[in-house]
Amino acid sequence: MVQDFGRLKESPSQTAGPYVHIGATPNFSGITGVFPADLGATMVAEATKGERISIEGRVLDGTETALKDAVLEIWQADSAGLYNSPAEARGQADPAFSGWGRAATDMETGEFRFETIKPGRVPFRDGRMQAPHITFWIVARGINIGLHTRMYFADEESVNAEDPVLARIEHKVRIPTLVAPREGNTYRFDIHLQGERETVFFDI
Amino acid sequence: MKNAPVETGSFFQRDRTWHPAAYTPWYKTSVLRSPQKALISLDNTLSEITGPVFGHDIIGALDNDLIYNFAAPGESAIGQRIIVYGRVLDESGRGVPNVLVEFWQANAGGRYRHKKESYLAALDPNFGGCGRTITGEDGSYEFRTIKPGAYPWPNGPNDWRPSHIHFSIFGHGFAQRLITQMYFEGDPLIWRCPIVRTIPDKQAIEQLIAAVDMEATVPMDARAYKFDIVLRGRRSTMFENRMEGN
Repeated sequence: MVQDFGRLKESPSQTAGPYVHIGATPNFSGITGVFPADLGATMVAEATKGERISIEGRVLDGTETALKDAVLEIWQADSAGLYNSPAEARGQADPAFSGWGRAATDMETGEFRFETIKPGRVPFRDGRMQAPHITFWIVARGINIGLHTRMYFADEESVNAEDPVLARIEHKVRIPTLVAPREGNTYRFDIHLQGERETVFFDI
Repeated sequence: MKNAPVETGSFFQRDRTWHPAAYTPWYKTSVLRSPQKALISLDNTLSEITGPVFGHDIIGALDNDLIYNFAAPGESAIGQRIIVYGRVLDESGRGVPNVLVEFWQANAGGRYRHKKESYLAALDPNFGGCGRTITGEDGSYEFRTIKPGAYPWPNGPNDWRPSHIHFSIFGHGFAQRLITQMYFEGDPLIWRCPIVRTIPDKQAIEQLIAAVDMEATVPMDARAYKFDIVLRGRRSTMFENRMEGN
């Protein structure tokens, strides 16, 4: 026998189910009067620094049908590349930007939409700079454990080319699944859960 | 705030054999919604180690009381009154403070307040079904609600969900983000449930079953169930690779 580490196991994940909106976006689901607003519904205030952008997209299943019951969360740095988090030791992030957003896909169209700002660059573990990116987390009925992915920006081609995370992807043909095209101030980010164009998901 | 060093360590690798696989065909909806390619492994960067912070000031007085937070004045939700309490811990056994915990559930008859819900059980006009709280310094949380009912769902021709409460938990890093469900001790539907059985390990399933706790029960008022939640642990040895700039 040797000493026991005394560690615990992480609680196993379970699907968010079809009624995730009741807990995550109750006002969106029609339950009003309990919370004043849905958390994460508004990311940008007048004082927030940075370029205003929108992100629109859908979450598509293996038949390319859009999920109408998904909830997405995004997490990103501010315009200077700082996270508004106690674990951010490099400086003080923009106090007018939390960096976190949450949106449900529309119950009719399956479209989601975030109004946010374009993030600055954040260093990788070894100090090299990552390309600007936004972390996505997707949950829904039929998804047993939340899916982590990243959105990169198509108009950042040169820095995307040197991004250490994108470089980790062996099958280069899959990288475009993470790069959102821009039209005006809107980036389009469709997430494919499976199939030929399956989005790259990360084990973080 | 305690004068603790800033936590910048990366998280313990997630044990994917303890969690459900993405593809679990007996839970039919997973078939078309499960990624088929391998996940790309990614050492935690700042983007995964950091996470949003929610202040206690967002929490209203009734946010953790589902019996009253949707009820008309003088009314209360119908059902068995229960208290759910426990701690949010990490895999090292430390309480995790300041964690936003959100919960949602069906009413006592097994009916959700949701426009896509079609079960014939009655809606309770005094029950909304959502609540939230933030953990204390030792990771503790509690809320009051009614015990949700079991309900049938379209999967197999006669599948029933055991009574359960959905939980969404934010840790301190976005990599700790977790959604799970709490089940109730003694429910014969637990081991028949296709969603429960997406979890491959019996001990892992038992980690989601809350025990009735008579010592925390309020006599003549509400039974208590204890439900601890464990989030991924965090590396903290002095030889852990430091993030650039720390």
